[in-house]
Amino acid sequence: MKPLVLTLKEEPDQRLDLAPLVPHLLQGKSAKDIAEIELQTTREKVTAGDLFRIRGAGSDKILFEGGSGRLDNIGKGLQAGEITVEGDCGKAPGRSMSGGNLVIAGDSGPFAGSAMSGGRLEIAGDAGGFLGAPLEGEMEGMTGGLVIVRGNAGERAGDRLRRGTIVIEGSAGDYPGSRMIAGTLVVLKSCGRLPGYLMRRGTIVLADPPELAPTFIDCGIHELVFAKVFAGLLRPESRAAARLLGRPLARFAGDMAALGKGEILFPA
Amino acid sequence: MRPMKKNGVRIDDSFAEAFPMRGTAILITAPTRRWALQAATTMTGFATSVIGCGAEAGIDIERPGRDTPDGRPGVRVLMFAMSSDMLQTQLINRAGQCVLTSPGSACFADLDTPDRLPIGNDLRYFGDGWQVSKKFGDRHFWRVPVMDGEFLCEATTGLTKKAVGGGNLLIMGATPETTMRAAELAVEAMNEVEDVILPFPGGIVRSGSKVGSKYKAMTASTNDAYCPTLRGAVKTSLDEDIGCVLEIVIDGLSEEAVADAMRAGLAAIIELGPEHGAVRVGAGNYGGKLGPFHFHLKDLLP
Repeated sequence: MKPLVLTLKEEPDQRLDLAPLVPHLLQGKSAKDIAEIELQTTREKVTAGDLFRIRGAGSDKILFEGGSGRLDNIGKGLQAGEITVEGDCGKAPGRSMSGGNLVIAGDSGPFAGSAMSGGRLEIAGDAGGFLGAPLEGEMEGMTGGLVIVRGNAGERAGDRLRRGTIVIEGSAGDYPGSRMIAGTLVVLKSCGRLPGYLMRRGTIVLADPPELAPTFIDCGIHELVFAKVFAGLLRPESRAAARLLGRPLARFAGDMAALGKGEILFPA
Repeated sequence: MRPMKKNGVRIDDSFAEAFPMRGTAILITAPTRRWALQAATTMTGFATSVIGCGAEAGIDIERPGRDTPDGRPGVRVLMFAMSSDMLQTQLINRAGQCVLTSPGSACFADLDTPDRLPIGNDLRYFGDGWQVSKKFGDRHFWRVPVMDGEFLCEATTGLTKKAVGGGNLLIMGATPETTMRAAELAVEAMNEVEDVILPFPGGIVRSGSKVGSKYKAMTASTNDAYCPTLRGAVKTSLDEDIGCVLEIVIDGLSEEAVADAMRAGLAAIIELGPEHGAVRVGAGNYGGKLGPFHFHLKDLLP
C-alpha cells in the first residue's frame, strides 16, 4: 500500500491535536476527506489541508514530512501500521497505542508513549519528561510494548511503568522509574537523582547510576540468566543495551519504602 | 509375507502401527554442557512407557550456546503422553523435581504452537512470593530465587496433538552380539533425526510385548512369537537363522519425523549388512485396526 504523505507547510501558530491522523481512522478516506479534518485546539480553525500538503489516501503507512514541537498526540491509539515523523513532535506521541510502529526522527515533547500497551515507539532524538507515564489521575502508565529513545530522556521516565520495556540510549533525568510497578527500564548513560523512587516491582538497569536511596539494599553481584536472555531479545533494537545486560550486574533490591520487590541493576 | 532383500538383509513386507499422542518440547540450558545433559537425563529417566511411567521422554538434540536464548549450552527434551492432562502433570512434576533442582539450570519453551502447557506458570510458586515475572513481546518468563541465583523458566511451552508414538523396528540377527551391533548403529543414526526420541534404555527394548496374557491381571506379555528360546515350542515368527530380536520404539512430534527416524534406522541396519549385523528387519503392528498411523517398511527403504 502506498503511504499517505503529509508535508508540513509551515510552523503552526497554535498547538494542534493530530490524534485523528492514524491509519485505522483514515481507512477509506481520500486526500480531500483528510484535508477537511480539524486539528485545532483554540477557536481558530485549522484543518489538515491548511497545515499539510496531502498526497495519497488513507493507508496503513503515514509519513509526516517535517515536524514541530506543537504537533501533539501523533499516533494516539495507534493499533497497527506505521507512522513516521521526519522531524520533532509535541506532547504524547503514541499515547495509548496498542500496536504498530511509530518513529519520531527528531525530538519529542513530554508524555511520549503515555499509557502505551503494545507496539513500538522509537524517538531518534531526545524525549521530554514523563516517558510512558500516566496522565494525572491515572493509576498506571505504560503496560506493554517497546519504547526506544536514541537520545536523552527528561525527568520521571517510566513513571508508573507497569510492564513493557523502555530503553534510553542517552541519559535520563531525575527520578527514572519513579513509582514503577513492573516492566524493564534501561538507561545507557547517566541519570538524575533517586532512580526507582517508590518502586514496587520491575527492573531498572543503569549503566552509570548515581548514589541510590538508602531504601535500596545491596544484594550482591550476580550473573543473571534473565539478563542474558533480555540481552538477546534487545540486541536487534539496541546493541548497547544488549552489551550492558551481558555484563555481571550488581543487584540492589527496593524500594523498601514501598513494596520493595523491584531491583536496580548496574555493572559491577 | 514375502521378504525384500537389501545388501543381504531381509526386510519384511510389514508395517509399524502407531498411535496419536500429545507431545511437547522444552530446552534446558546450564552453565556447561555437562550440567545441561545432567538435568535433561534426570528429567527423562524412568520415562520408557506411558503404561508404567506416566510419560515417555528423552533427549532430542543438543544446542550449542550460540543457538539458545541465554547463550549457554542447551539440550532439547521431548515428552509424550496419551492425554494433555497427563502430559501436563508429568511435565510439571519432572521439571519441578529434576530441572528446577539442577545446578545452574534454566528452562525454555521449545515448541511454538497455539495450544500451551504451563511450566513456569506452575513452578513459580516455589518462589514463595519472591518470584519475578518478566515479559518481552509475547514471551513470558519467571525468575525464581534459588540458592545458586535464579531459576529462569518460561511461563508456557507448546503442546501438539499431532504427536505419534509407537513407530518401531524389529531387528533380528543370528546372535545377541550381531543384533546389538545393528541396533546400536540404528540408534546412532536415529538420534540425528530431530523431533523424535527413542524412549527405551539407550533407545532399545529387548522385551517387546504382545496384547493379552494368560494371566487375567496383565494386559500385555512377552511377544513369544519373537522369543528365540521358544522358537521350536510356539507359533514362531522367527526363521532358523535368527537367535536374537531387539526392538527400537520411536515417539515423534509428527508423523513425518517418525517416518524419517525409521528411514534412518533402516538405512544404517542395511548398510551394516547381515554378516556382522541384522539378517532380517520387521515391524510390530496389531493387524492395522488399532492405530491410525502405518509406517510400511517398503516405503522407507534407502
